[in-house]
Amino acid sequence: MSGSVEAVLGADEDVGREPATPEIERGASLWRDAWHRLGKNKLALISLFVFIAIALFCVVGPFLSPWDSQQQDLMIGAQGPSATHWFGTDTLGRDLMVRVMEGGRISLMVGLIATLVALLIGVLYGATAGYLGGKTDAVMMRLVDILYALPFTIFVILLMVAFGRSLWLMFVAIGFVEWLSMARIVRSGVMALRKQEFIEAAVSLGYSHRRIILKHLIPNVLGPVIVVATLTVPAVMLLEAFLSFLGLGVQPPNASWGVLINEGQQNMEIFPWLLIFPAFFFALTLFSLNFLGDGLRDALDPKSARD
Amino acid sequence: MRVGTLATAIKAFAAQFSSSFLSVAIVAICFTVVACGTREREVDIAAKNGILLMGNGAEPKALDPHLVTGVPENRIISSLMEGLISYHPSNDLEPEPGVAERWEHNADFTVWRFQLRENARWSNGEPVTAGDFVYSWQRILSPALGAEYASMLYVIRNAEAFHQGQINDFSQVGVRALNPRTLEVTLAGPTPYFLNMLKHYSFFPVNPRVVERFGGMTNRQNSWSTAENYVGNGPFRLTQWTTNQVIKVAKSPTYWDAARVRLNEIHFFPIENVRTEETAFLAGRLHLTSTVSPDRIPTFQRENAEQLKIDPYLGLYFFRINVTREPFNDPRVREALNLAIDRRMLVERVTQGGQAPASGIVPPGLQNYPASQQVQFNLQRARQLLAEAGFPGGRGFPRKEILINTSEAHRKIAEAIQAMWRENLGIDVGIYNQEWKVYLDSQSQLNYDLSRAGWIADYAYPMTFLEIFTTGNGNNDTGWSNAQYDALIQQARTASTEPQRMQLMQQAERLLLTELPVIPIYWYTRIYLKDPRVQGWNPTLLDNRPYKYVSISSG
Amino acid sequence: MAKFIALRFLQGLLVLLAIYAITFFLVAATPGSPFSSERAIPPHILAQIEAFYGYDKPVLERFWTSLTNTLSGEFGPSAVYANRSVTDIIAESFPVSLKLGSISLLAALLIGIPTGIVAAVRRNTWLDYVPMSVSMAGICLPTFVMGPLLALVFGLILRLLPVSGWYGPEYIILPAATLSLYYAAYFARLTRGGMLEMLNQDFVRTARAKGVPEWTIVWKHCLKGGLIPAITFLGPALAGIISGSFVVETIFQIPGLGQWFVKAALNRDDFLILGLTVLFAALIVVMNLLADIAHVALNPRLKYE
Repeated sequence: MSGSVEAVLGADEDVGREPATPEIERGASLWRDAWHRLGKNKLALISLFVFIAIALFCVVGPFLSPWDSQQQDLMIGAQGPSATHWFGTDTLGRDLMVRVMEGGRISLMVGLIATLVALLIGVLYGATAGYLGGKTDAVMMRLVDILYALPFTIFVILLMVAFGRSLWLMFVAIGFVEWLSMARIVRSGVMALRKQEFIEAAVSLGYSHRRIILKHLIPNVLGPVIVVATLTVPAVMLLEAFLSFLGLGVQPPNASWGVLINEGQQNMEIFPWLLIFPAFFFALTLFSLNFLGDGLRDALDPKSARD
Repeated sequence: MRVGTLATAIKAFAAQFSSSFLSVAIVAICFTVVACGTREREVDIAAKNGILLMGNGAEPKALDPHLVTGVPENRIISSLMEGLISYHPSNDLEPEPGVAERWEHNADFTVWRFQLRENARWSNGEPVTAGDFVYSWQRILSPALGAEYASMLYVIRNAEAFHQGQINDFSQVGVRALNPRTLEVTLAGPTPYFLNMLKHYSFFPVNPRVVERFGGMTNRQNSWSTAENYVGNGPFRLTQWTTNQVIKVAKSPTYWDAARVRLNEIHFFPIENVRTEETAFLAGRLHLTSTVSPDRIPTFQRENAEQLKIDPYLGLYFFRINVTREPFNDPRVREALNLAIDRRMLVERVTQGGQAPASGIVPPGLQNYPASQQVQFNLQRARQLLAEAGFPGGRGFPRKEILINTSEAHRKIAEAIQAMWRENLGIDVGIYNQEWKVYLDSQSQLNYDLSRAGWIADYAYPMTFLEIFTTGNGNNDTGWSNAQYDALIQQARTASTEPQRMQLMQQAERLLLTELPVIPIYWYTRIYLKDPRVQGWNPTLLDNRPYKYVSISSG
Repeated sequence: MAKFIALRFLQGLLVLLAIYAITFFLVAATPGSPFSSERAIPPHILAQIEAFYGYDKPVLERFWTSLTNTLSGEFGPSAVYANRSVTDIIAESFPVSLKLGSISLLAALLIGIPTGIVAAVRRNTWLDYVPMSVSMAGICLPTFVMGPLLALVFGLILRLLPVSGWYGPEYIILPAATLSLYYAAYFARLTRGGMLEMLNQDFVRTARAKGVPEWTIVWKHCLKGGLIPAITFLGPALAGIISGSFVVETIFQIPGLGQWFVKAALNRDDFLILGLTVLFAALIVVMNLLADIAHVALNPRLKYE
């Protein structure tokens, strides 16, 4: 399962080899074109809507439900879907639908925030390395190589053990792993851009490094970065699920989708609904994010503009 | 495979690698073959050959009786080794002659003399002698070995002083070989239950010649207990040990009672995942599982009633309370928490394995020691006490957490109790889980508020539960210290008659349940799946298995 | 090329050294100890145990001893599993993982690459959507759902395949299927991306304009370049699958390396953690080097940097 880290790294590295359009001026039309191309990709569009629908379900749902996710009724125990409990109840008699919604909030939050952490570190780090080049770049990227070769499982467990269990730590731990691929992609994008005239012009105008990196370089590698980010969210959610399997997930009585699915798979033939509902939403979210990411990649790839 | 150097290992990788692609083709062929024919199940084949297939929970940390602490290790070691006293086929309270064929003791149970049987043999053919026991007990008590269970032997005179390094001369410790077949043990105090203690693996012998040959008495990395070198004196001998896969033992021809041993082999499978183990059982790969997941018990009761076994088990599930922290230093708060747990609901609806709601500390089933009925479920009293302590309706109660070690089962129990306290008392406690090792550290450093714990009897006597809460006991871990309690336990240890001792221990338990540094939750049961063909697998209080009486019918 | 490899090799050694140091000090700073026990151990006994494993020495000295031992090929004993050395544990479990991993990857390639090619050629049609969706199933369900599901269906209901253990070839099928379903999706997606990039090249347009049949273009001109991303991913994937198949190993009771990564960390088995980390890092370094070489071999426009 921790293979997914490497998988995403490998999967997305090729994105960076084709930097987005090199000129700021063309930026606006690029985005318009990309949106237009995305519109032609039905699967990606459907995915976008599905994702939004699931997010709404999880965020708004608990307010509409009459049930409290922590309210137990040991007398009823695990029961299948019914008119009162649409998704059934778990083994402690808690309403599964609310738990799925609230689990979705946690899983999506883990996915989004950890990706954001990765994005922030990765983009700044990669852009700096790529822009400065030379020895600095070599040293910075060697550091990435080193971190990349650390086995994720061992480190997450040690981190959790060292700093206790908290949601924030999980963001940091996962973000810490995922920023590496982000940094590599941004770096190679920036490297290609650095030679372009408009950057050299900016340098000759005496703009500060900071300004050049933040204002000129990063906006131009944003395309691939968005693609990678979209694909990182599902990868992060899978990692979170893996941690739940190890029992390292969020603290009870809260439960992420990972925790719910892990609980469900243990009794899949006697209480199938405990697996089916959370797994359905989890898989659907991952499906839609993956297809959205692939669609965005197709849309933002300047080569396909010539179609 | 056990290779010493990295180079040989690399060669092995290379060999495997080249063969792996070939096996794809083989796999494809086998798939079609397997799909066509109906296979005979492993359990049927094994039953015909007198082989018992057992799920055993986890990979053993070691098979050296002096270096282990766990249940999976115990299950294997008790097939390979035998102590002075052996396990009775159906009653863990009864002593059964083992290496010792006879024993006698003086009037106040302080001096015991064991007559070793002449035909007791190690698996290398050497006789098991009284000297071997002296060597073994010296070994486990040697500070340099660092044996975790050494304190079990503190019952022997001067053993504690030797283990603590206060005396260095082992001849001062109360164990002597009067002659090769007579062992005399002098105890620190009157201990009528000494025979029960002797069944524990910490008292098992090891072969001194073998231990010396492979690393010496106090070497923790001694290689005498590997598959190649193992020498035991039990009904079985170790034949194969493949890490994380299987440990095989076969009937030992040198065992003194070999004629009685019915099984030809036992295979122990270290399957950690409960679901995997159950699946293996249902698919006909195991005769016995080590456990059953609680949620599936009702289903098994319905559909596999013949296979599901629920045996009593001498253990207590409880919460430790850190009495050094506010507000738990107030006994009224502890009592309120205790009174607000609906244990019956918990065992019937959450653990579901026929556990008994704990109404005291010491589980029922021990001789002359009826279980206490002091622990009750009383909401009115609980609320009243909480209000008296300054938290009416739970208002103002600080946020506290239940520490658990990572496990689905513990989490569910904690969640259920968390909900009971919220509903019944208006108290909101959190749950905090830590990995095993860190959890142990947190507990021993009193770095917790409330902590789930379990205690399984080391021997069948109430003392095994009560002594841990004395002041300074390494397993107390609650910060609770009570001079009166310590005095009662000490008096019980030295009391001259059994009824007196029982009475003192009951007094101590009453005091413990009034002070409540721990909240008893339930008394364990042992739940597992068993192939009906397995015979002689009787319920025993400590889950000690006398494998020589176990058999398997092929029908 | 020899110079390139030598340089990368040296860099790899530096990476390994750095990783060794990071791991060592991180482990040393982590609470808990391999010797924590459920039964309380008196302090002076604990001191004896620690002395036996060298924990009584200052951290820097321990680091130096441990590093020199490792350099001479001796990873030390397991601090938790008595009389087993780290080398023993790795030597026993690595071949199992390697076998399972390479078979799974092979299967994943067999599913993923054709899917990716078809999807790219018939882009944005049902021949793109359906196969990609199916192959995506493997990365949308956690392996701890896929595994038990396969075991339930093929082991318990259909009774076709064994559900646990590692004995004959038929025992490989279910775990390998679980793992390959997971990786197939990545290969499909990478192949699809790589093929799309090739199909958009100018020479493809020229060829199409000249009336060269579509499948000739795909097979003759695009396949080699289009497979580069997938081939590049093989290395990291193998490293990942060998060390990261904890879930599958647990579910199917396979004595592989993956579960040691988890067990070592949970048990705080310090020497084992170090040994495994070094092994994993070495795998990554070697696999990346091989991937780079393959990359250049497949793409003549690239030169060794």
